[in-house]
Amino acid sequence: MRVPPLDLKPPSHAIEVATLGMTMRFGSFTALNDVSIRIAAGSFHVLLGENGAGKSTFVKCMMGFYRPTAGQMMVEGREVEVPDPRAAHDLGLGMVYQHFTLVPSLTAAENLVISRNDVPARIQWDRERADLAAFMKKMPFTVPLDVPVGRLAAGEKQKLELLKQLYLGRRFLILDEPTSVLTPAEADELLGMVRGLTTSGELTCLMISHKFREVTAFADEVSVLRRGEHVGGGKVSELSTADMAAMMIGEKELVRPAARVAVNGQTVLAVSGAKPPDRSGLKMIDIADLRVKAGEIVGIAGISGNGQMELMEILSGQRPLEQGTVQVCGTPFKATRGEARKFNVRYLPEEPLRNACSPKMSVAENIFFRDFDFADGKPKFWLDSRRMAEQAARLVGEYKVKTASLATPIAALSGGNVQRAVLAREFNGKVDLLLIANPCFGLDFSAVAEIRARIMAARNAGAAVLLISEDLDEILELSDRILVMSEGSIVFETPAASADIGEIGKHMAGHH
Amino acid sequence: MSMQAELAATAAGRAGFLSETAARRIEAVILPLAALLAGMIAFAIFLAFLGKSPLDFYLLVYKAGFGTAFSWTNTLARAAPLLLAALCVALPARLGLVIIGGEGAIVLGGVAAGAVAMLMPGLPGPAGIIAMALAAAAMGGLWIGGVGALRHLRGVNETIASLLLAYIAIALMNHLVEGLLRDPASLNKPSTAPLPETWRIGEIPGLGVHWGLAVGIIACIASWVLIERTTWGFAARIVGGNVRAAQIQGLPAGLLAIGFTALGGAFAGLAGMFEVAAVHGSANASLAAGYGYTGILIAFLARHNGLAIIPAAILFAGFEASSGLVQRRLALPDATVLVLEGMVFIAILLSDTLQDRFRFLAFLERRQK
Repeated sequence: MRVPPLDLKPPSHAIEVATLGMTMRFGSFTALNDVSIRIAAGSFHVLLGENGAGKSTFVKCMMGFYRPTAGQMMVEGREVEVPDPRAAHDLGLGMVYQHFTLVPSLTAAENLVISRNDVPARIQWDRERADLAAFMKKMPFTVPLDVPVGRLAAGEKQKLELLKQLYLGRRFLILDEPTSVLTPAEADELLGMVRGLTTSGELTCLMISHKFREVTAFADEVSVLRRGEHVGGGKVSELSTADMAAMMIGEKELVRPAARVAVNGQTVLAVSGAKPPDRSGLKMIDIADLRVKAGEIVGIAGISGNGQMELMEILSGQRPLEQGTVQVCGTPFKATRGEARKFNVRYLPEEPLRNACSPKMSVAENIFFRDFDFADGKPKFWLDSRRMAEQAARLVGEYKVKTASLATPIAALSGGNVQRAVLAREFNGKVDLLLIANPCFGLDFSAVAEIRARIMAARNAGAAVLLISEDLDEILELSDRILVMSEGSIVFETPAASADIGEIGKHMAGHH
Repeated sequence: MSMQAELAATAAGRAGFLSETAARRIEAVILPLAALLAGMIAFAIFLAFLGKSPLDFYLLVYKAGFGTAFSWTNTLARAAPLLLAALCVALPARLGLVIIGGEGAIVLGGVAAGAVAMLMPGLPGPAGIIAMALAAAAMGGLWIGGVGALRHLRGVNETIASLLLAYIAIALMNHLVEGLLRDPASLNKPSTAPLPETWRIGEIPGLGVHWGLAVGIIACIASWVLIERTTWGFAARIVGGNVRAAQIQGLPAGLLAIGFTALGGAFAGLAGMFEVAAVHGSANASLAAGYGYTGILIAFLARHNGLAIIPAAILFAGFEASSGLVQRRLALPDATVLVLEGMVFIAILLSDTLQDRFRFLAFLERRQK
């Protein structure tokens, strides 16, 4: 049944939005389970949750990007259908993304005008300019309208994104980590403005955030998602950050770590004073001191985008170091093929098909990547396809990789089987140092259990393991020692045996 | 568990391996052939619109390109530089680099050969030929290897760089043969000095085609062996398949890129040398005959496989050999064959996007389930 929009004109004041029993399943995986959240008109509501808790699925269902498996949307107390984003826009619902959606070469004024649905083929700029000036007068803040957007600072751009939503008549805004690309001062300014708009009753806001500081300083209410379920929430004034962290992470029953044998090993990996620029080139990554011993799994917890990928790139030689050192077994390490072979360094990068495989090459060829040019202690010139086929047949059997044949392109395998094939390649032979990032992301339970068991077995056999993961459960299950990374630095360290989850969560969220 | 049991338990086993390999090879042959046919059909429609008979056209192409012993000689002589020019595209392509400026390496390779003849005319014949070959290969290798280096060191787009460098190479050749290297005796067509008679490369006995054809075929086979049967080629294929995976494996992606572009350029340079030493007798503007560009089409039709380049180059050489006859008999402009080549090229590029869409392999996947 299709219910017509409330009015033809968008509402002129903040609106109340609620979900009832919102459920989203992807195949057998339930991303969102029976989530009912009411966001009062004129409130500043924050949606908290770990990575993968279902926050973006939830807002995508609200905005019509996904059609929920079950559940309803209510706007101003009336049931509505949101089959696509345009329908959401008609209801006055809008979204501001983490990354900018403005055209950099156009001015702010041009960006605003072309974002409308009803722009005429020939734009009468005199009239539009007058309209814009009148609109800007009503706004509590302004941005320069005649400068190309590419020249504006990040904070100004994000303000313009906000203005754009208001210009388009949106009265309920979803902000998806709007401050992740801003400096703290810019973030405070932006959120202060949102706060002002909500208090004056012009806007209702739902913000996705990981940062408790922003929640306590600006928001009225929070709702917490965990594993797709709405596990709690309430008024910000009545909750402490510890309460919120506990809801996010849950009363984790520490998963019984796999059987581990005590290995008293030498330091294998030592990183000190490493300071490469991060991806944006704005912030610095600063790894003061990181050591991993043989027979030890060091887990690095943290919310994505806090420098973990840069750390992995330093260790795999993909990012040059400007200062500091990386040493393996006391020798400077630049991650060349020769060094990796000499010190038995192996990598399991995240998203193995994207980062560790050549998708169109066969399973056998992909399994051969590590050994194709070296055998019996000698470099090889001729490719030994018999050795390749034999090794692949043995490892595919040993690691139970399900594939139509060894000649199948590896891209045709399921995610779990791609990871098994990569594991087979990297765990073959003696392993002294293992560098892992998010090894189980997107895999099903049986693959996860098996892959974790293999990592533990490698540790028990004496490998030094660095495990970077956004999955706190995984870190807690596998690690001997836990480090927390936040804003490019290691900010907290605790032995896994006495780890306090609340403490870890607070450090992950930037509360040191 | 024995290996056989393991295999049986995990996959369709060795039989599956063989049948799947075979199925993939068949697909790799059928798709480009289908594309070739589609391009030729599209061209036939184009001809019909012009009011010409497509059937006459293709019969003429067959006759002029492949019909007689004489036409075969003509076709094979044209194929010689095309084989080498196609390698200049195919080798870098296996690393994921699209090089379209082989023409520049051909032209400068020819100039280098002409220059060697002017600088060291005293060398005996065989030494002179070897000196010319080395100079031409080095020149072509530097030219295209430079494109690979620009790509690796400065991130310059290799496609654009190689194309623009081809224009620069042609301008440089004109500058040199009209100035510094000009033989004062070449009046109408500025050229380098004619090669000493002993430096001229002769014909393969009994075939009537110069030795460049044999060198081209050997280069194609050697390139195939390099890519498919050596560890260097395997490393190059990993880089071409996914450069991030290659970096994680510690492979020197940049050095491989420079090495394979330089090798491709060296082959193109050799093509220029054969044009000078076996065809023209001196270096002049005839070197810029478009072999480098036809080489792009051939490499794509052959899917950058060295062995497949051989028949593809002969086919395109036949198209070009027929150009004159088509012009005279059908009263079509000589650009007509270029239209055909262009249509075939577009069909080939389209067919790449269809790979794995036709489920030649569907039966294997069903067996898995």
